[in-house]
Amino acid sequence: MRENVEEVISKQGYDIHLLHTKKFKTIHIAFKFVTNLSRDSITKRALLPYVLQQGTQNYPTAIALRQQLDELYGAVLHMDSSKKGENHIITVRLEMANEQYISSQTSLLDQAIQLLEEILYRPKLEGNGFDPQQVEREKQTLQSKMTALTEDKMSFANTRMIEEMCESEPYQLRVHGYREDLEEINGESLYQYYQKMLQEDRLDVFAIGDIDELDVMDKINQMIQRNTQQQLTQPTTQQQIESSQTIIETDQVQQAKLHFGYRTGITYDDKKYPALHVFNGLFGGFPSSKLFLNVREKHSLAYYAASRVESHKGLLFVFSGIAPDQYDRARSIILEQMEQMRTGDFTEQDIQETKDMLVNQLKETLDNPQGMMELHYQQVLGNSQRSPEQFIQEVQQVTKQEVTDVAKQIQLDTVYLLTSEDGDSNEAS
Amino acid sequence: MKRHNYEQLNETIYSDQLSNGLRVHILPKPEMTKAYAIFTTNYGSIDQSFVPIKQSESITVPDGIAHFLEHKMFEKEDRDVFQDFSKRGASANAYTSFTKTAYLFSATAEVKENLRTLLNFVQDPYFSEESVEKEKGIIEQEIQMYNDQPDWRAFFGTIKSMYQYHPVQIDIAGTVDSIQNITKDDLYTCYHTFYHPSNMVLFIAGNVDPEEIGAFVRENQENKNFEPAEPLKRQFPSEPKAVAEKEKRIDMPVAVPKALVGLKETDLPEDPKEFVKKEWFIDMILDYLFSKSGIEYKKLYEEGLIDQSFSYENHLERNFGFTIIGGNTEDPEGLAENIQHSLLRLKEQKLDEESFQRLQRKKLGQTLRAMNSLEFMANQYTHYDMLGVDFFETIQWLEDLHYQELNQFLHDWIDESRIATCIVQSNQS
Repeated sequence: MRENVEEVISKQGYDIHLLHTKKFKTIHIAFKFVTNLSRDSITKRALLPYVLQQGTQNYPTAIALRQQLDELYGAVLHMDSSKKGENHIITVRLEMANEQYISSQTSLLDQAIQLLEEILYRPKLEGNGFDPQQVEREKQTLQSKMTALTEDKMSFANTRMIEEMCESEPYQLRVHGYREDLEEINGESLYQYYQKMLQEDRLDVFAIGDIDELDVMDKINQMIQRNTQQQLTQPTTQQQIESSQTIIETDQVQQAKLHFGYRTGITYDDKKYPALHVFNGLFGGFPSSKLFLNVREKHSLAYYAASRVESHKGLLFVFSGIAPDQYDRARSIILEQMEQMRTGDFTEQDIQETKDMLVNQLKETLDNPQGMMELHYQQVLGNSQRSPEQFIQEVQQVTKQEVTDVAKQIQLDTVYLLTSEDGDSNEAS
Repeated sequence: MKRHNYEQLNETIYSDQLSNGLRVHILPKPEMTKAYAIFTTNYGSIDQSFVPIKQSESITVPDGIAHFLEHKMFEKEDRDVFQDFSKRGASANAYTSFTKTAYLFSATAEVKENLRTLLNFVQDPYFSEESVEKEKGIIEQEIQMYNDQPDWRAFFGTIKSMYQYHPVQIDIAGTVDSIQNITKDDLYTCYHTFYHPSNMVLFIAGNVDPEEIGAFVRENQENKNFEPAEPLKRQFPSEPKAVAEKEKRIDMPVAVPKALVGLKETDLPEDPKEFVKKEWFIDMILDYLFSKSGIEYKKLYEEGLIDQSFSYENHLERNFGFTIIGGNTEDPEGLAENIQHSLLRLKEQKLDEESFQRLQRKKLGQTLRAMNSLEFMANQYTHYDMLGVDFFETIQWLEDLHYQELNQFLHDWIDESRIATCIVQSNQS
């Protein structure tokens, strides 16, 4: 019996990752296609997950496809696009009940894999491309997604900050693409791009669950025909920052968003990567971190104040939601916390507790099927031999010196404020 | 402790009611790395008017107090309890809903010590005038953050349009004005009335030894003194069956307008099995109409009235209940009208046996999938326990449902007077 082990097997043109575990009552099969972020393809790639869910040759409408998924005991099909570092990833994920929990059904996995094959390799076509009507409809859907994103002020502020901060780097591209590209995309051009993607993107397939005796690998191998596996190129290197910039924009908001963008120069495969996570845990990753304690608890300036590591480009972000008239104060308190990190103003005990929390967080992530997949996929993106288990061990070894070294290496690039239109006092009476 | 085995699901629950009235449930999951514990009181934002413990006159407390109390539980005279969890590598959290306040943690080590912290901090309040005043600034920012979220405003607007007097229409966090009136004494009154062990449920799931943890909880509780349990006297205004306002409009800056349709539930069954059946039926009908495989979803999507944000939810409690359907749309009036029509047409409709079975299979698969999560199982089990129902048993009931019963239900479910609409739009655009 194999339990909680990852087997990675290089097949012709792709890699398959088998994650054996008895933790879950379902089986996950996921295809991850990845290539470099590029302005030319980003909108097509953002559109594809929507179009591919509109039907297959045997189930030619979205509703027919969805009803077939329901028949398979509510198998869940999920497709999305995301960006990690300077990579663009399209994930196609199918999750189904493990047939051992269902008394009446024996071939659920086979049927589900067949359906997945149809979705990926026999989509609904018209002539030499995707169904033009469906493509037009999905362009609208993508457009409304782009519009709706401006309503989530936290994510909008983050997007705007990255656009300013990484102005001349691929990382600034919006993961949902651009409105102006949509006009020239049609069923044919999108299908052509899709064929290219199927062959040329790097492909990693994951199978997760109690799959020991189920022959998953052979079943999947039968559906894939590819020649070569793409090797990922590493992201553009950090530019030396001469001085940081501050960008202030306004919107109709009651709460202002104050975000900071830093450059760490540390990516997943870096030997300082575990120390960067310990740094982040002390600085702003947890409710016990400096940001939360000082910005929120001590000064009551915000409901949230936190930081997050970007692992594949070497960035660090700080997020806070504040009353608009508290900008100066919040800014200086946040900068002050970073200064304290550089001078080592934290105890050995703080470090130990932070490590324990990080380890707890990582282990918990491994108790969730998607979390398990994403943690293992980090290795692929980082082109690294560092497994999640090894990463956990290395976190436990990090020293105070290593944390302050990391802190000293982190440079402030951009401060971004999205504030209310009347500028200052909007504090409720 | 009583041991209950659910063969088909391959789960076992250990249950106990302690002498102080606390109900304890333990779900061992040895395959998982972590443990999750949630300590819930049957007390939420709707419990505004009640007779305080050991008193005879009813009082009404300021809006948002249950949520305020939840925030303040973490602060003790000498420390912040978050740090106690952090020190042991655990992550803690809490939330307040209409009917519950819950405190929880997850940990991959030192489960017993973390559990001790959880029990002790929830059962040892410390409020001071000064700390109550300080918290107002933080909660103000939380309220403002929600005020900037159009989805939240639309959701609450719909509830307000349905309910005239029932306190479900009060914002869970209160308003910036209402929280100013909260005092230390109010907090103690609410605390002593609603945090009595006999009004609470403790659920522990994950990598634990049930006998050992059960004994540990028992000992912890036996060493504390509580007043004898008194039946709680909560007061709710009588609420008309019809909605308060047929159509509500909210003017706020949104990129895409939103339309939600709310259906107010009345006549909620006393009998636990009937209550749960009603939930399943509503769930299945909504799925049949409005899920991605739903017949109405297809029409709305093809007519361009909805996008990916379209969703529906149903919420039933002992003395209120509602269904909310809708999302972003360029034509809010058109969408609202279409949803209303499809609900009103249900009276004349029948579901065929084939569709019924498809939905039944889908629900079963969905439940198995959700059971991958310890949090889901703990939260659902607690929710149903407070309604007097065994959650794992309800899954059995699902398989017993018959489509003719559902058709009977369909016939009587909807009444036009119980339907309301809420539209969020920017008047400037």
